[in-house]
Amino acid sequence: MMRLRIYYPVLAAAALVVVLHVALAASGKTYYMTQITMSAYYALVVIGLCLLMGYAGQISLGHAGFFAIGGYTIAVLTTYDLGNWRETPAIGLLRSLGLLMQWQDMYGRDILSFSPWLAFAAAMLLAALIALAIGLPVIRLKGHYLAMATLGFGLIIYRIVLGARLLGQADGISNVPAFGLVGGLQVNGRAPFRVQNYYIAWFAVLAAMVLSLNLIHSRVGRALRSIHQSEEAAHSLGIDTYRYKLATFILSALFAAVGGALLTHYNGSIGPSEATVMKSVRYVAIVAVGGMANLWGAMLMGVLLNFLSLRGVFGSFDDAVFGAILIGVMILAPQGLLQVPRWRTATALLPRRKRA
Amino acid sequence: MDFALFVQYALSGITVGSVYAIVAIGFNIIYCTTGIINFAQGEFLIVGAMTAISLAEVAPLPVAILGAVLITTTLGAVVELVFIRQVRNASVLRLIIITIGLSIVMREVMLHIWDEQVRSLPYFTGTEVSTVTILGAHISPQVLWVLGVSAVIVAALTLFFRYTTTGRAMRACADDRMAACLCGVNDRWMVTLSFMLSAGIGALAGCVVSPITQTQYDMGAPLAIKGFTVAILGGMGNSMAAVAAGLFLGLLEAFVVSVLPSSYKEVAAIVVLLLILVFRPSGLFARRDVSALRAA
Amino acid sequence: MQTRLAAILGVLILACVVPLSGCKKSPEAPAPEAAPIKVGAIFSVTGPASFLGAPEAKTVQMFAEKLNRSGGVLGRKIELLVRDSGGSPEKAISLAKQLIDEEKVLAILGPSTSGESLQIKSICQEGQTILLSCAAAEEIVVPLASYVFKTPQKDSQAAQWIFNTMKDLGITKIGVITSNTGFGKGGKTHLEQMAPANGVEILVNEVYEKEATDLTGVLTKVKGAGVQAVVNWSIEPAQGIVAKNMKQIQLDVPLFQSHGYGNIKYVQGSGEAANGTIFPCGRLLVADSLPANHPQKALLTEYKRGYESRYNEDASTFGGHAYDAILILTEAIKKAGSADPKAVRDAIENLKGVVGTAGVFNFSAQDHNGLGLDAFEMLTVKDQKFAIYQK
Repeated sequence: MMRLRIYYPVLAAAALVVVLHVALAASGKTYYMTQITMSAYYALVVIGLCLLMGYAGQISLGHAGFFAIGGYTIAVLTTYDLGNWRETPAIGLLRSLGLLMQWQDMYGRDILSFSPWLAFAAAMLLAALIALAIGLPVIRLKGHYLAMATLGFGLIIYRIVLGARLLGQADGISNVPAFGLVGGLQVNGRAPFRVQNYYIAWFAVLAAMVLSLNLIHSRVGRALRSIHQSEEAAHSLGIDTYRYKLATFILSALFAAVGGALLTHYNGSIGPSEATVMKSVRYVAIVAVGGMANLWGAMLMGVLLNFLSLRGVFGSFDDAVFGAILIGVMILAPQGLLQVPRWRTATALLPRRKRA
Repeated sequence: MDFALFVQYALSGITVGSVYAIVAIGFNIIYCTTGIINFAQGEFLIVGAMTAISLAEVAPLPVAILGAVLITTTLGAVVELVFIRQVRNASVLRLIIITIGLSIVMREVMLHIWDEQVRSLPYFTGTEVSTVTILGAHISPQVLWVLGVSAVIVAALTLFFRYTTTGRAMRACADDRMAACLCGVNDRWMVTLSFMLSAGIGALAGCVVSPITQTQYDMGAPLAIKGFTVAILGGMGNSMAAVAAGLFLGLLEAFVVSVLPSSYKEVAAIVVLLLILVFRPSGLFARRDVSALRAA
Repeated sequence: MQTRLAAILGVLILACVVPLSGCKKSPEAPAPEAAPIKVGAIFSVTGPASFLGAPEAKTVQMFAEKLNRSGGVLGRKIELLVRDSGGSPEKAISLAKQLIDEEKVLAILGPSTSGESLQIKSICQEGQTILLSCAAAEEIVVPLASYVFKTPQKDSQAAQWIFNTMKDLGITKIGVITSNTGFGKGGKTHLEQMAPANGVEILVNEVYEKEATDLTGVLTKVKGAGVQAVVNWSIEPAQGIVAKNMKQIQLDVPLFQSHGYGNIKYVQGSGEAANGTIFPCGRLLVADSLPANHPQKALLTEYKRGYESRYNEDASTFGGHAYDAILILTEAIKKAGSADPKAVRDAIENLKGVVGTAGVFNFSAQDHNGLGLDAFEMLTVKDQKFAIYQK
């Protein structure tokens, strides 16, 4: 019974999501839902990164890579036309299993491709495997070595998506079809589906929050927090720090991949710009601002900052804003902006007496 | 491949390698003294080059370069005083994030001061079409300038660290900050000095390569990543090893291009980085105990 | 307790900020005279493609102001909504949806890059909003989407001009180097596909990364293969670096550039090394050397002088693509006699003989680009200035 209490914030958040919808509908501004939906998917990455950075104490400067893995996998599998192999037994088998999808693209061409469900599962699997492969050697490293290794990973993913013909090279992959979920629900960006996609995105975010809260308040979560506080102490207590950190890494990679996959269906396309170092840095900046170990803060900042950025509010100063936020938060409020009592006040910046 | 072609590739590799090496040396100076990885190191090169280009419109080239180096050195000091010094009880994570933020802000400021156009300094000797022949290979005379200036920087730094009091004080800080403090070294000033030094040599390097690579406001980040790779390759904190590692990486890239499609060049560098991090994080030339770098 | 409070607080803030943040963009009540025609524009004014987007944005603003001063089109002024995508396709998607759903624009000019254009293509098609892209990729109009058009010349025709010139010079073995951008990829594809039919063999075919600062490695490989000419298909700064490196490693063969070489600054950047470069381009750069009776001369001279005097920087062919886009739109509105999207769209398809900066446009239901081989002129660099290439 005690455990249910941790989910109250999720219910409150769900209620607020509905309230927001009503407010937007009443003021005639439901088109804001477009940017909110896109931001919610970016927030998924941020939630996973928050678990990794705040609770497991690991930095990742390459998380945009996992977002790209999720997005590109699903894009390739759902746009690749299997029409030429229509007659082969393998394709026939897949068809009978319901794993393929026949659809018409915007030019009226018939395309036979893998169904989004299959593609989604493949994307998750691939992300998990790659996270495992990268994490195994890299989680052992400390501090800036880990940062460099994750940066290197992110760069490799960027080079791959930029260079591979199958992945569209510099233009990326467009014409990604809608993802048909249960009932009449579809993940796509068209205007008539705007409201349902708003709720689908928030459902994904809140589900991720539930998962994360569950994790934090479990034995695993407590182990993680103890690792973050002091790794040696945790180790001395018999906690297998390595395994827990690796597991968190893989979980955060999965969150990012889900965000990437769903946003690709929503946008109908993906490009190499989603895999750049700057994107990874932005995710880190958002986690830092929201509070390293503050899931709600990270999620909120993820939605808010991305929303403002996508609407062009920052104008041509987009990157500068994120950079300035990074510096400002790290110097003034290292615990994040949403832990109000622990702010360092500006007076602390005044010259101090030299230490004795 | 005939000998002349081989030499051509080698010279190409040595040229880029020496640029990487200088960036890595800049990293090492700051890292040694403070333990901070300065992600904004690449930006120092670009600021130096851009400032020199602007000054060169009103002053003769040597004066412009000198002025640029001085201005960038001051910038390095300002960066350290305003941002780094404010951070107390900084974890590695926080410092990394701050320098990343700094590199972004510096880049954006440069964009607004100098806009997005590509510029370059005039060649120090000769023009865009001059060429010098060495062992059958042809290079621009500017390449010799790059190699020469790199060598001079490395030599000067070695002398500085070995034979001057300030240099030795910085090394003391790098070895053990508390002990250096106890010996009367002003460690905070050493930190500022390390930033100034890194910024200064970065600016000089930026100026000398500008005619070859041209200069654009966003060239700092790729340079920093390469320089970082080289620094880790040689072993963080070891400047001589950084030079060797830089030349190694430059040559590797050049010869990868000779046999594989050139798009593999970048991947080769990153793969080398990852291999080093996984198998020998202390670097190719390190002698220190590796276990200190592992977490668990 | 604290986090819950913070969460509730945060979402409440979000709920208040979100509707308010759009306030400044809400349309004003139409004036008593005819309502202005809303035209959106998405350009990469800042970011990695700013050399494209910045002149494009300036050009359309200049055009719209001039047009409005003389009364607008059909008695209505043009209300131009220029947005900066920063070269980021996600932002372009978001901005496109804003312009279509919120501002309900008639048409969108731009984007500046192929990647962004391809990603918003279906959004504009579904939103039945005319898209006049200023990006080069042929996939933007092939396969055809009824509302999507593009103004830059065809890459394949640029390649054809290069091959024609090579035939004249007796060149049969070449090296092709391209950057890993959308533009470079387009050029590479066409060069590869068209070489055999033109009797040219590509001995070396290399892709370099766009941030490359030194290309001596790649060019050494090209030199080693014994080519008779080099074709470089990229944007700055690589274009300048290639020219210089070639001279420095003494690779003394003709250098062909793409139509991305459209700004005198690139020539200035490589100094003497640029002399002798041959490339296909729109005639804007040599407007002053055109014969007086050339159909494009008046327009090009006027645009060039107007842009250079207003903005104090050299005109480039990139800004010209945006000029053509807004010109075509306004011509179509005049022809359709209304600002109804479907009518204007139909009108564009029927536009013939529209003189623009890139060439003379002749649209049709199958051709949403409207430019043919004659849109190009082969140019060269003499004494660090652009000149028409003479055989």
